[in-house]
Amino acid sequence: MMVPISWYLALSAVLFSIGTVGVLVRRNVIVIFMSIELMLNAVNLSFVALARQLGNVDGQVIVFFVMTVAAAEAAVGLAIIVAAFRNRPTVNADELTLLRW
Amino acid sequence: MGPLTFAVLAVLLVVSALAVVLHPNPVKGAMALVATLFVLAVVFVFLDAHMIAALQVIVYAGAIMVLFLFVIMLLSLQDDLPEGGGRVGLRTAAWIGGGALACAVAWICLRSPLGAPPEAPQGYGGVEAVARSLFTDFLLPFELTSILLLVAVIGAVVLAQRRGA
Repeated sequence: MMVPISWYLALSAVLFSIGTVGVLVRRNVIVIFMSIELMLNAVNLSFVALARQLGNVDGQVIVFFVMTVAAAEAAVGLAIIVAAFRNRPTVNADELTLLRW
Repeated sequence: MGPLTFAVLAVLLVVSALAVVLHPNPVKGAMALVATLFVLAVVFVFLDAHMIAALQVIVYAGAIMVLFLFVIMLLSLQDDLPEGGGRVGLRTAAWIGGGALACAVAWICLRSPLGAPPEAPQGYGGVEAVARSLFTDFLLPFELTSILLLVAVIGAVVLAQRRGA
């Protein structure tokens, strides 16, 4: 017996919410970053599940692009964290007030 | 995949995702994220997305997570930040809001008429099928991706280099 596609979508929604809560409650910028990766992966799960439903690989190609953007985002974001850390040695999001007026 | 396999994979996914969010030590959180990405790759295999599953392990669990761990080690973040502080109300609101979001969207998804998927076409999700779509319908976005990666590489180098170096 095959599992309905809607279950995968529900699982994806739960994962996305966990990522959202992670961004909201954590203060370590690296953990916030990992939560964003979690949200991206939840969306990838939706894409793959719906692509399977439609019998079309276009959704999987979009996942490929999401992965590329995630890699670029991780590289630039972590470089920003390293640069900010050099400026002021902390990874606490509450203390990174460099741009606050 | 049957309901039992799905339940096991779903529980593993949710537990490891919660570990990413809740674990005070960022290194252990990163390892939990690696576990999440691996289980997700298994789910992709069950959805006949074989190439994406391989990419998930190689690119995500491999390359991106190594980058994360490298930065965590570089900044030597053994000491845990004091999480929470005095904002218990905001944190509680975030948990309630996240729970409500999960319940609402999951409920909408489960109400949808999507049933068990139809039989996949021959070769669905393999390298050939994905590559054919990638290099015909999505050729321009694919080429633009290379520019995005080039910009990201240059940006990362410029951002991370020392001032005046």
